[in-house]
Amino acid sequence: MLELSGLRKSFGGFGAVNGVSLSVERGRIAAVIGPNGAGKSTLFNLITGHLKPTEGRVVLRGEDITGAPPHRICRMGMGRSFQRTNIFPLLTVFENVQAALIAHRGHGRNFWARSARLYREETEELLASLGLLDKADVKAGELSHGNQKQVELGIALAGDPDILLLDEPTAGMSATETRETIALLKRIAEMRGLTLLFTEHDMEVVFSIAERIAVLHQGRIIAEGTPEAVQRDPEVRRVYLGERH
Amino acid sequence: MTRRVPWTLLVALTLLVVPFLGSRFYTFVATDIVILALFATSLNLLLGFTGLVTFGHAAYFGIGAYTCALLMKELGVPFLLAWLAGGAMAAFFAAVFGFFCVRLTKIYFAMLTLAFAQIVWAVCFKWNDVTGGEQGLPNVPYPDLEWMDAVPLLADFRVGDKFFFVALVLVACCFAALRRIVDSPFGRILTVIRDNPERAQFIGINVRLYELAAFVVAGFFAGLSGALFGIFNRGVFPDFAYWTKSAEPLIMTLLGGMGHFWGPAVGAAALIILNQQITSYTEYWPFVLGLVLMILLFAFPGGIVGTLAGARWRLRRRPVTLPKPASDPVSRNA
Repeated sequence: MLELSGLRKSFGGFGAVNGVSLSVERGRIAAVIGPNGAGKSTLFNLITGHLKPTEGRVVLRGEDITGAPPHRICRMGMGRSFQRTNIFPLLTVFENVQAALIAHRGHGRNFWARSARLYREETEELLASLGLLDKADVKAGELSHGNQKQVELGIALAGDPDILLLDEPTAGMSATETRETIALLKRIAEMRGLTLLFTEHDMEVVFSIAERIAVLHQGRIIAEGTPEAVQRDPEVRRVYLGERH
Repeated sequence: MTRRVPWTLLVALTLLVVPFLGSRFYTFVATDIVILALFATSLNLLLGFTGLVTFGHAAYFGIGAYTCALLMKELGVPFLLAWLAGGAMAAFFAAVFGFFCVRLTKIYFAMLTLAFAQIVWAVCFKWNDVTGGEQGLPNVPYPDLEWMDAVPLLADFRVGDKFFFVALVLVACCFAALRRIVDSPFGRILTVIRDNPERAQFIGINVRLYELAAFVVAGFFAGLSGALFGIFNRGVFPDFAYWTKSAEPLIMTLLGGMGHFWGPAVGAAALIILNQQITSYTEYWPFVLGLVLMILLFAFPGGIVGTLAGARWRLRRRPVTLPKPASDPVSRNA
């Protein structure tokens, strides 16, 4: 599904990502973990077109998307969420998701139809599956942090992606919200046959849903494999897990 | 929601009555308001709905005015055709200039729009053979309105009154079209870009392309209002494209409230009436305008319409506070 080869990004002299090669199979739930500053967010930004890599290639379903603009990558079926919640705060929850549907269907060029009721059923269905239907008419910026993260997920899902990149999907959530979100992610991924690639700080989250884990350290992948294998890896224990467990 | 007052219709009908009052002055002010309301509303498509601050909107107003005036005066082109050509020419230049402008963001975008507008002004100012240079194009003819003599009620009006009717109807059509655009899926994408341009890319929106489209549409309607204004003013002058002319719709929009479709129109009416009233008392109109703007920005950042809407909102459901205005004045909600 997604193939990274020799991906490198340096800012000035500093190498944030130093030659990352990784492949994610269709339908997998994969996690990238690593200490702060390991380059996780930079890696995501390289994959989604937010940043152009200094070197290396990003291949989505056999197609080279290295350096393509974000909107094009998005339309090829890659959705993403951000570490710091990134939604449309002044629009209602309904409008947030509806806009993503409009954009995804390429309907935005239509300047003569009425938008108010457009894709109403689909939007409401999606909101219902996220448990947000009762908040449909609330301005997204006025929601709780956890709800905003759900809205962001809704925006990403509205694009009907094949692969979803989630940058710390449970960051800043309470324990309950985290559990709910994880259950939700798992359910949605199964239902839609989604490929998931996510980063996460919370090891409990990672080990509860990830099928493959890649450990990033100083911009390099130092281990990759099943959760069990990664957990046993001595290098990983030394630089990362050791600090916590 | 069910028993909404058709304000738009009421206002349009009220305006239709103005010439019947028989005052040349009232008709003059009403025409001024109607035309500049369109100018300000076209700007608000960028400012309030797309989140683009432009300092050069007068360029398209001026281009529309010169195009229409030249076609009518020099080539005898019928008014309606010349009017549409004014809008089309403005849209064309908006596409060319906008192509470069949307490559920049924020203040850089704003400054480049200003730079292009100053170029347009300079061309109008110096190209004596075509634009009449500093002297401008005086004596732009009124459209042929003799057909109105056959219409009962309208036959006895002065030509200025007749032109007011024409302007009112045409501007009303423009407003209907703009309203439609704002409410369309395209309009929704524009508000998405205003709210969070970075995120918009990640739902598959080509932000620059949409910004350019908004720029062209806004330029088109600015051109149409400029074309009307040239005729109303009986002459077209380089001032039309000068940067102070770009500030006018900005002030109107802020005064009326950029978060609302009708804000700029209300602002245009308020500013023009205020100007008329105050200049009859004192020559220090700019001083008063400055004061008004200061009070507005600090006490009523939502403008006239925003403040009224907020008050009504509070009356309807008493609890909780008003939704906080965004810290970024450009991205206030519609």
